[in-house]
Amino acid sequence: MKLIIAYIQPHKLNDVKRALFKAEVHKMSVTNALGCGAQKGYHESYRGVQFEVNLLKKVRIEIGVNEDFVERTIEAIIDGARTGQLGDGKIFVLDLPECIRIRTGERGGEAIG
Amino acid sequence: MAERRRSVWRPGWRSVATWLFVLLLASTASAAEEGPTVQLLDQGLNTLWVLVAAFLVFFMQAGFGMVEAGFTRAKNACNILTKNFLDYCVACIMFFIAGYAFMFGTGNGFIGWTGFFMSGAENPSSVQPWAFWLFQAAFCGAAATIVAGAMAERMKFPAYLIYTAVVSVVVYPIVGHWIWNSGGWLAKMGFADFAGSTVVHSVGGWISFVGTIVLGARIGKFSPDGRPRVIAGHSIPLASLGVFLLWFGWFGFNPGSTLAVGDGEAISRIAVNTNISACAGAIVAMVAVWVFFGKPDLSMTMNGCLAGLVAITAGCNYVSPAASILIGAISGVVVVAGVALLDRIRVDDPVGAIPVHGMNGLWGTLAVGLWGQKSYGLTNDGLFHGGGLTQLGVQALGTLTVDLFVIAVMGAVFLAIKHTMGLRVSAEEEMRGLDIGEHGMESYAGFQVFTTT
Repeated sequence: MKLIIAYIQPHKLNDVKRALFKAEVHKMSVTNALGCGAQKGYHESYRGVQFEVNLLKKVRIEIGVNEDFVERTIEAIIDGARTGQLGDGKIFVLDLPECIRIRTGERGGEAIG
Repeated sequence: MAERRRSVWRPGWRSVATWLFVLLLASTASAAEEGPTVQLLDQGLNTLWVLVAAFLVFFMQAGFGMVEAGFTRAKNACNILTKNFLDYCVACIMFFIAGYAFMFGTGNGFIGWTGFFMSGAENPSSVQPWAFWLFQAAFCGAAATIVAGAMAERMKFPAYLIYTAVVSVVVYPIVGHWIWNSGGWLAKMGFADFAGSTVVHSVGGWISFVGTIVLGARIGKFSPDGRPRVIAGHSIPLASLGVFLLWFGWFGFNPGSTLAVGDGEAISRIAVNTNISACAGAIVAMVAVWVFFGKPDLSMTMNGCLAGLVAITAGCNYVSPAASILIGAISGVVVVAGVALLDRIRVDDPVGAIPVHGMNGLWGTLAVGLWGQKSYGLTNDGLFHGGGLTQLGVQALGTLTVDLFVIAVMGAVFLAIKHTMGLRVSAEEEMRGLDIGEHGMESYAGFQVFTTT
């Protein structure tokens, strides 16, 4: 089992969700994040003073998947999130030793669904 | 003062001064002749009334701002508030330069042309000219700001400034000239719009209609198969505050349009009409939404309240309080149906400006032809008071002409802007938020603004 963590542009979230649904991945967790990477910040001004905003808004998606779903999930995320510009984001794949469904107590592959 | 308990009332200097003033006033009143003094007081009182009403109508700008901010997304809050702020400022300046002249100057039945920059300006009222000007300028600002809500979240800021200048310098004054200038062609026909259901609200509402069509819907508002998606407002509390501010300001908008206190009968009845129509509108809208959509939705209830206020604005002086309840109740139905209709024809109006101001401005103007009474100063009795269809016909003619006029003129203006400097922001800016794109600042610095739309 793997835990896939993806950081994407906030305005691509709907496209990513749609792509994941098409790949039959329906379960995920979405949170707010601030981040920076290769994408440069932008200028804001407040009462006449300019300042650089370096931590940009990002959205973090976490999905727990069985081995056979890993590749298609990654492809779906890339499909939905890619714009070709700097700041598209990154995907991390971690090993997931255990997964438990709270309602039934199932463990392992069945719990992931 | 509270700590010291006085067993003997010892007058302080304030109370002595007050009593001296009263005695002085009484002595001059009895010493002088009755005529001029009473007239002076009368004019002073009426001027004071109009000024206070002007302050209340100005205060409605805050109401509009809060409603618009509350019903749109946080990432666009600064933008909508800047538009709201500036449209009042631009409208006042434009109204000073030429708007008042076009509206109240002598000319022909279509437009006036005396009194530019307020030099030699006409004063059709019996109050001080500047008080009358301020009152009218506040109305002009109110009409201009209605459109900001409908075209929110995707309109370029400079384009909005141009729109405001055009509306406040020609479109609104011309319509006002037709209806509120005794030389205007609609006024001469007996068309009645006491406080501006047509002049202010229909004008704002139907300009919003043509503007939203030229502008297009927000990205993500309608799914590919045409069904509307929810783009939720970010602060129902702000919107609710805004509605109360508007309601409060309406107590200047409607009763103030008498431009005189008189014996107080008219202003009292108008205030009650205003209030009760709002209540009826809110209740009926709430019931309608509850029945048709399952839950009593506060945002629609508040739209119903505003609809009631808009609808009573034309007839507030000409109808009885009982009729106001009915007018308000029907406006609640109109606004709920209007919102559903706009979704069906894929017109994206984030705040409901078109159903509230446009459709109910129309309804309210027609309602005068139904429940208006000659005994309250109307030219003909309405349909339900034995006057037949005469007044209703004039009302219909007037309001439809005005609506088509503003749609045609502003439609042309919006198209011109669209094909020159562009009316709409880029897709990327719209997703990122107009606050950053147009103004380079955030409304909620330090907060997590988490939208998935």
